[in-house]
Amino acid sequence: MSGLFAGFYSILTWIGSIVDPFCGPVGVFRWLASGTLLACGDAGWGDEIAYGFVVTASLAIATLPVGLLIGFFVALGKQSEERTVRLASNIYTTIFRGLPELLTLFIVYYGLQILVQQLLASFGYDGPVEINAFFAGMIALGVVFSAYCSEVLLSAFKAIPHGQYEAGAALGLHRGRTMRLIILPQLVRIALPGLGNLWMALLKDTALVSVVGLPDILRQTGIAARVTKQAFEFFGMACILFLVLAMVSSIVFSNLERWTKRAEMGR
Amino acid sequence: MSFVETMIPPQAPPPAPPKPYTLARFVGSVSLGIWLALGVGIFLTVVNGWDPAKFAKYGPSFLSGLGVTLMLVACSVVLGAILSLPIALGRMSKNKIWSWLAYAYVYFFRGTPLIAQLFLIYYGLGSFRPQLESVGLWWFFREAWNCALFTFTLNTAAYQAEILRGAIESVPRGQREGAAALGLPERIAFYKIILPQAMIVALRPYGNEIILMIKGSAIVAIVTVFDLMGETRRAFSRTFDYQMYVWAAILYLLMVELLRNIWAWLENRLTRHLKR
Repeated sequence: MSGLFAGFYSILTWIGSIVDPFCGPVGVFRWLASGTLLACGDAGWGDEIAYGFVVTASLAIATLPVGLLIGFFVALGKQSEERTVRLASNIYTTIFRGLPELLTLFIVYYGLQILVQQLLASFGYDGPVEINAFFAGMIALGVVFSAYCSEVLLSAFKAIPHGQYEAGAALGLHRGRTMRLIILPQLVRIALPGLGNLWMALLKDTALVSVVGLPDILRQTGIAARVTKQAFEFFGMACILFLVLAMVSSIVFSNLERWTKRAEMGR
Repeated sequence: MSFVETMIPPQAPPPAPPKPYTLARFVGSVSLGIWLALGVGIFLTVVNGWDPAKFAKYGPSFLSGLGVTLMLVACSVVLGAILSLPIALGRMSKNKIWSWLAYAYVYFFRGTPLIAQLFLIYYGLGSFRPQLESVGLWWFFREAWNCALFTFTLNTAAYQAEILRGAIESVPRGQREGAAALGLPERIAFYKIILPQAMIVALRPYGNEIILMIKGSAIVAIVTVFDLMGETRRAFSRTFDYQMYVWAAILYLLMVELLRNIWAWLENRLTRHLKR
């Protein structure tokens, strides 16, 4: 069984190395930068930076579902009829929209470390505890994202007329099914531009996680800059890579928007 | 034949039906309980770990850090507002080159993380030291604070230019035509008619931008500027006391909430004439 998984994994990495846009057979660094500092392999920093690119993108992609899910439930809580639920969700957004992202990251990173350490100490383990930077970043950025996301979703919820819920009830649909079949498709359509902006902000915030040691674009280019003493070139490269990410995601989002509005076309 | 001789005495309304204990109520009590427990927990740790010596030692440095943060944000927002004017005008200009240049500027500064821009200027310009020395600008870029101010000004100028452009373009065309029909010169029409209306639209985004700058300014701690975040990190690295982060969080929250409330009041006050 483990052999099967290993084989599967090696096939995946092989496919990844073929379509790798940086250091693959048709990669940018391989063709344009061989012989320079950005060359792939041991001669340059191309493969390290490509790895950082993958880490940044995967951190943002891994954070997105966490943030969306929490944000959705917080938005539901904000329009609840129960006062306590509203109050609790409002406290949540006030705190996490007011704190600087860097501070949230530090609080989560060191706080988790202390918490896990105390927990393990109560079980009799006294070794040093190291929290995974990726995990801490995912939680911190997810919490911040969800706080903003709940505001976007709340305004989208308010844009859906009440008759839609009543129509769902009139058709005999359960509350959950009304939400899933009637409200959610409209919600996505209305909230998508706002969510696109939040996604851009999330992409940029991932750069902060490099401070606690995640080998993302900024950290890898920073190491390269320190070693080669060519800081401007490498940090410029980092900026360009972030711009590439922003451009790719704006293309994806405009396509998504067109896709969600396909029913409204041709009117 | 019968008629009413006495009035029925007023009766109390029927008792309200008992509220069912729903899932929402349960969730509300639990989540509020979690917040309450967190608040009490933080309060207790602060009270238990209260150390007058620590407070005397790090209290003033926290205050000076707060001052540095406020100073940095205030300076960069004001300088950025000045710089954003030509960029916004360039963005709206009919000249292809100007509008393209302004667009590229705005796209670059809005598309890359502030921290990467800060590194680019603070560490990156260090490799141009001979050139900068020959121009006589090295003394400026040698200081981390100046680099931070420079980066933040450039960054917020890009955002503010977009706010300004959006606000000016949101003023209906008829206003401009009306001014022209009254025979007002273009400049006076801009300052007396277009700009005041645009500023009302731009007020809320400007407030959000200042809040974003306050929050974003925390990253200068990484390039050795001792703002609130920098002082917090220094205090934490010396004492390993987790409370330091709690104090910083409270100070940042206070700043942001205060600004938000001031802004809400300001907006209410300035849009009195638009209320019906």
